Amino acid sequence: MKLPVWFHRFGSPPWVYGFAGACAPWLLAAGLLAIAVGAYWGLVIAPPDARQGEVYRIIYIHPQTAYVGMMAYTLMAIAAAIGFIWRIKLAHAVAVSAAPIGATFTFGALITGAIWGRPTWGTYWEWGDPRIMSELLLLLMFLGYLALRAAFDDRDKADRVSAILAVVGVVNVPIIHFSVEWWNSLHQTASIMQLDKPAMPASMLVPFLIMVAGFTLLFYGLLLRRLQAGIVDRESGARWLRDLAPGATP
Amino acid sequence: MGGHGPYVWTAYGITLAILIWNVWSALSLLRRNLRRVAGETAAEEPARRPKVSRMEDD
Repeated sequence: MKLPVWFHRFGSPPWVYGFAGACAPWLLAAGLLAIAVGAYWGLVIAPPDARQGEVYRIIYIHPQTAYVGMMAYTLMAIAAAIGFIWRIKLAHAVAVSAAPIGATFTFGALITGAIWGRPTWGTYWEWGDPRIMSELLLLLMFLGYLALRAAFDDRDKADRVSAILAVVGVVNVPIIHFSVEWWNSLHQTASIMQLDKPAMPASMLVPFLIMVAGFTLLFYGLLLRRLQAGIVDRESGARWLRDLAPGATP
Repeated sequence: MGGHGPYVWTAYGITLAILIWNVWSALSLLRRNLRRVAGETAAEEPARRPKVSRMEDD
């Protein structure tokens, strides 16, 4: 198969650096704006839930943080696989950039879930719950990936070994999603990703989706900024970077 | 918030802290790496830097 000409640009560090730098501010600004609007809408405008009352408002942040964590892991695994198979350093740089973002959002999903669990399930934490355990495993996979990388002095070796861990761990992502259907869980089943109609009225669905969009945009903005940092780190000494670095040349 | 205020606000507060940390850490990582590369370039190529006049030193 012949790749279109523009595709080759994605293998060029200066081009990707410039592209990421051009997109990141817009993604970050749009993401933060959507989150601000969605949070206000979810906390103030949206009506209270008939069964859960006010505490259901955590629904505007908890599934979104969990979803970003899962998306970050999937992206990390795909990028790591591409980097491993075709020996593309930029792909490894993408994988490394996704890990800390995914880890912190997954941590946030566990914490907001625990806080939500206390008034609705009567407990913060349940060791036997499949959704909580698979989500905890996701956090441990992110941390394991970062710890494994830190154990190598040689970056190429760190790239290759950590890529294997990232790819193996990706089986956990569908397990998280289907855990509430496959096993008995305290966690409710999916309300949005249903084939028929979402089990949510429009007054709640709109802020929910604004928050999903906001978290997604923010994630990609953060990813591109981290990718830029990774490219600078990996390209240290390259001619294009010397011309770019502020104060490097008179 | 119908008695659930502490739960809702704590969850939102923690999420906000995670967002702030992410934005701050991504931006500062890029700034730090750019500064380091600039420092390395300056150290490697002293000849390319504008020379300080000897008269000014005195």
